[in-house]
Amino acid sequence: MNNKTHVPLVHISRRAALPWYKAWAIRAAAIVLALIVCGVITALFTGEDPFALYLSMIEGAFGSSRRIWALLQSVAILLCVSLAVTPAFKMRFWNIGGEGQIMAGCLATAACMIVLRDVLPNWLLIATMLVTSIIAGGVWGLIPAFFKAKWNTNETLFTLMMNYVAIQLVAFFIIIWESPAGSGNVGIINQQSQAGWLPMIGSNRYMLNVIVVAVITVLMYVYLKYSKHGYEISVVGESERTARYVGIKVERVIMRTMFISGALCGFAGFLLVAGTDHTITTTISANRGFTAVMVSWLAKFSPVFMVFTSFLIEFLARGASEIATDFGLNEAYGDILTGIILFFIIGSEFFITYKLHFRGGRKAQKEAAENV
Amino acid sequence: MFDFIAFIPRAVVQGVPLMLGSTGETLTQKSGNLNLGLPGVMYVGAISGVIGAFMYEQSTPPESMNALLALGIPLLCCLAGSLLMGLLYCFLTVTLRANQNVTGLAMTTFGVGFGNFFGGSLIKLTDSEVPSIALTATSSYFTAKLPFAAELGWFGQIFLNYGFLTYLAIAICLVCSVYLRRTRSGLNLRAVGEDPATADAAGIDVTRYKYKATCIGCMIAGLGGLYYVMDYANGIWSNDAFGDRGWLAIALVIFTMWRPAVGILAGILFGGLYILYLFLPTGTNLAVKELYKMLPYLVTIAVLIIVSLKKSRENQPPAHLGLSYFREER
Repeated sequence: MNNKTHVPLVHISRRAALPWYKAWAIRAAAIVLALIVCGVITALFTGEDPFALYLSMIEGAFGSSRRIWALLQSVAILLCVSLAVTPAFKMRFWNIGGEGQIMAGCLATAACMIVLRDVLPNWLLIATMLVTSIIAGGVWGLIPAFFKAKWNTNETLFTLMMNYVAIQLVAFFIIIWESPAGSGNVGIINQQSQAGWLPMIGSNRYMLNVIVVAVITVLMYVYLKYSKHGYEISVVGESERTARYVGIKVERVIMRTMFISGALCGFAGFLLVAGTDHTITTTISANRGFTAVMVSWLAKFSPVFMVFTSFLIEFLARGASEIATDFGLNEAYGDILTGIILFFIIGSEFFITYKLHFRGGRKAQKEAAENV
Repeated sequence: MFDFIAFIPRAVVQGVPLMLGSTGETLTQKSGNLNLGLPGVMYVGAISGVIGAFMYEQSTPPESMNALLALGIPLLCCLAGSLLMGLLYCFLTVTLRANQNVTGLAMTTFGVGFGNFFGGSLIKLTDSEVPSIALTATSSYFTAKLPFAAELGWFGQIFLNYGFLTYLAIAICLVCSVYLRRTRSGLNLRAVGEDPATADAAGIDVTRYKYKATCIGCMIAGLGGLYYVMDYANGIWSNDAFGDRGWLAIALVIFTMWRPAVGILAGILFGGLYILYLFLPTGTNLAVKELYKMLPYLVTIAVLIIVSLKKSRENQPPAHLGLSYFREER
């Protein structure tokens, strides 16, 4: 009999929990590696020195106080959407309909601004906008959740389709509200009266958005970590059967969580329309609903780390678009760089969860010797 | 009277990219991989073909172009580009066991960016007035039709008046359908998607099946992107023109219950819904057209709900869809 056992070249085993600093060191290494690859690729396209590229990225993101505020503002919106989709993900409910829920919020906000501008005093108008946008987003999230809870309808595709329904609905209203007629867009809403515009703090337009989202981050952290709801979400996510066994009403948790998730997306839409853009277009949410999925996952669903990951993604996007303009490349270049960096971070998760043992490695030999 | 003879051929050319996309995705999903990167893959397939055709058109004057090369170069480039995307997806999700949804979304970001970047760069190279590249010479080979088709009245109009890729697409759907239902290897593939641990125990190489199915699936989907540019759009690439067809192709997989043969008709139906707004009378009210454009999505939602209500065992997604497989975790 042939007693020789075949030892594979690489043997993979699951790691015991890695301390958090080691896990983040691996992720940081992945990002550095990704940036090097991006630099090399960009250098190949432009023939520039890679270090000049990194400098121009930093310049693009932090170059002036206006740019820093613009960066902070877009981080705030992305963070808000990421926080919104997180409770659903913790529940293993793949809500990739953030886009549609943002749109629903935007639409409700814009509708109030246009229809009620001459009817209500400004503070009441803003309050109405806030409430309707939250309800609109929430309902948009609740619809797929209802079918998921009752009949286990596939939520990934349902929420995805709801995006396009929302986008078409916005397109419909844009034609109705067209101003000036025939232009195909709504223009700045209430430009003269500024009715329904969020107030500035001091002379800064974006400060309010940033503060509000910072507060939401803390609230979401507390909600997920210390509240009964947060606990129920975790249990449902880990095992629906366990949840049923301990008496959690799974259907109710799914619907409630998705309403919250959608409502927060709707709130992000409110911030976008009332706080920054003051208009509505079919591309106003700029794929944030999808990007947020990645931000939330990269942060391992932790609101605190999400601050970093959303910052990272926005920094990259702005930096890459600065590279694009500086070196005469196309705007879409930023998406390519973001994609490459995401691939590296996604790949790095493997090395956090698993360990590689090489054949003939010192450790392997030692273990083999011990086994004999 | 609704003009069917004009409507059906347009529905078919709209439907073919969806048909190819959904067939590719069905094959992928049968191996247990939910590839949400499909829109990106289709973009990459399309732009790779465009780059190949562009290079060839630049190097050869139209009168000395060889039909075989004019067809072969874009096809090969397209297949190679989408194959690379498939390999990337497999490497991340199968070898590195990453989360499939996140990988897929990252691939869509990357793929759409890749398409728009190279599309935009080529547009800049040509210095044209309009933001698009016209590869009409190459496209004329792709759209070449049977010479007598137009003379056969409505029959020729509806059944014969298409470029060869249309028939190739239908053939691919049929072959995939037979492969999945009637061959040993297809049975193995379904086993991998349903229960990889059992398949592994039965001696099926799970990793190899996942890689093969996903890569071939991506290549088929990439062809859909190429079809869109070369046949449907007559060789004109403009950024973002492909739109959300990739997502619709994923929806179509559910609509067809993972049956590529059904995908042929369903693709045409969706293609029809996609352009129905052009054929319905709306009078002066342009806004209503935007509501008609919701139809394909609403129909998909309705189908999703009906499928989940029926709960028949035949029509369920592969049981291990969306999960990665690690032999030592059982």
